[in-house]
Amino acid sequence: MGLLEAIILSVLAASTPLLLAATGELVTERAGVLNLGVEGMMIVGAACGFGGAWFTGSIIVGALCGIVAGTLLSLIFAMMTLGLAVNQVATGLALTILGVGLSGLIGAGFVGERITPAPHLYIPGLTDIPMVGRILFGEDAFVYLSLALVVAVWLFLYRTQAGLILRAAGDNHISAHALGYPVLRIRMFAVMFGGACAGLAGAYLPLAYTPFFIPGMTAGRGWIALALVVFSSWRPGRLVIGAYLFGAVTILQLHAQGLGLGIPSQFMSALPYLATVVVLVLISRARTGGSTAPAALGTVFVPDR
Amino acid sequence: MQLVLEKRAERSNTIALVSPLIAIGLTIVTMSILFAILGKNPILALGVYFIDPLTDSYSLQEIAVKATPLVMIGIGLSLCYLANVWNIGAEGQFLIGAVAGSWLAVKTQGTGAGYWVLPAMLVLSAAAGALYALIPAICKVRFGASEILTSLMLVYVADLFLDYMVRGPWRDPAGFNFPTTAEFDPVATVPVLIEGGRLHLGAIIALLVVAAATVLLGRTIKGFEIRVVGAAPRAARFGGFNSNQLILLTFAISGALAGLAGIIEVAGPVGHLQPGISPGYGFTAIIVAFLGRLNPIGILIAGLFLALTFIGGEQAQIAMKIPLDVTKVFQGILLFYVLACDSLILYRFRLIFPSQKVSRGAA
Repeated sequence: MGLLEAIILSVLAASTPLLLAATGELVTERAGVLNLGVEGMMIVGAACGFGGAWFTGSIIVGALCGIVAGTLLSLIFAMMTLGLAVNQVATGLALTILGVGLSGLIGAGFVGERITPAPHLYIPGLTDIPMVGRILFGEDAFVYLSLALVVAVWLFLYRTQAGLILRAAGDNHISAHALGYPVLRIRMFAVMFGGACAGLAGAYLPLAYTPFFIPGMTAGRGWIALALVVFSSWRPGRLVIGAYLFGAVTILQLHAQGLGLGIPSQFMSALPYLATVVVLVLISRARTGGSTAPAALGTVFVPDR
Repeated sequence: MQLVLEKRAERSNTIALVSPLIAIGLTIVTMSILFAILGKNPILALGVYFIDPLTDSYSLQEIAVKATPLVMIGIGLSLCYLANVWNIGAEGQFLIGAVAGSWLAVKTQGTGAGYWVLPAMLVLSAAAGALYALIPAICKVRFGASEILTSLMLVYVADLFLDYMVRGPWRDPAGFNFPTTAEFDPVATVPVLIEGGRLHLGAIIALLVVAAATVLLGRTIKGFEIRVVGAAPRAARFGGFNSNQLILLTFAISGALAGLAGIIEVAGPVGHLQPGISPGYGFTAIIVAFLGRLNPIGILIAGLFLALTFIGGEQAQIAMKIPLDVTKVFQGILLFYVLACDSLILYRFRLIFPSQKVSRGAA
């Protein structure tokens, strides 16, 4: 296996959790809800996902545990912001603080344990094709799932009536409500979808990326996923590009550290975070003609019955 | 059955006062359940958490020591949140402040420098914290980039920078390869208030900050502008207030206070620069700001209360083997309840039953 092939494989793996979490958050935000708790839902998803796989020996059960954990946490968020009309930014922060604590509590017993990571696809003949075989036909199931999810979300948002209604709720909740659409219910489902995706993204880390659990292993990926949604201008297609670009930055800085260029490793490790800041500035600056964000994003809606 | 919110004609001041207390009550009930799930006696655990630290002088001092950074950062954050901008990177500004002040402490080490060192360190740290906070503020004002995400990203950068400094250039040669600077000289150390105790000058500085914020918000035009920009942006524009300038100002103040808190922590209780100087003060201070209802006196009380949970958590770990993460869970749950109870200030909650709905529709 050549170096380039190895790098591309690891970029795909590093990008997948970002893509999963960002896809979920994109749907949530398209419905008009800003859930800043992605990091919290991811880290609990990681702890529960590892726990599920460790107890049962099944990666699928682990992934499901992560999904359920993320969804449950997002339901707390939905109750607060939709049911009680609480500020979404503050609630999202609370969710992250709670999630970090919960994952430490849940994962305390798993530190130092190992599991067999998710298997990679192998199709005799196809996977053996030099250079591209492993990349196209030798990934773990999560990589394919994340790409399928993006396609599904794109189809849903732009090719179904339900998707149109969801976008309407996110752009103008008063009109959507006046037309008789249940804005709060739509938003609740969107928030739950975001939670499920974040939970799965978190579970990916200990199930496929590294076969063990360490506290704080999400390392800000939830926040980068939030930045990716802004980067994508709330479009699923651009999300894929953004996620793979960030995965590439993460992996390339690791390789650069390995080469020993004389640059302190901490500076290289800071690159993905600095890149996020730079990208946010560039993207926001390019958008002088008006914002592409869902118009009602982050605003509280209380129906007047 | 359905929960419906009805907007109150005006905000309820009674509930504004009692809502933090209701929130604390609900949190304690939830924690009791969590303790029971963990197989610990809830009454004993709550006693260790909330009562024991109040019974001896060492713990009482320790509470004040922990509350010092929380109150200082919380005050700064409250200004941002009042202006409706979201600085959530106080943790990074705290760390950068700590690094900036430590630079002077390290450079003057063993040079016999005079008593100007500590005041200069404080000024340097406040300036560094303010500058670091201005990065997201300028990105927001100039380019419209989300200050939430940029300020948070800079926390990771600050953390790595501190790590580099203490492992690289500033590592104590006599430190057995531990990532730490040498102990600061006495002139670079925050003096303690009681001989042999832990309480230090920082506590007085925190009280001064509370007093200054009370005056700023209650007695000055700038304070008024900050409130109006946050509460009624349209009115603020008609009033001719420069909201961009206020964003920069509130970020600079909160960054300066976080930076100051950083160096006070390093030059006070810790005594040298090392990784892990903060158990998440910058994030806990967000809870402090909200629990204190974005009011300086409220933040002082909230800071002391959350400091109590840190100390109680440590004691519960030693005495009852309750994991330290329980403190974080506690803090997260508390913030949830505080926010939920705050909703009661603006809205009345009403449960609607299907039968009622039908009768309304018929009428």
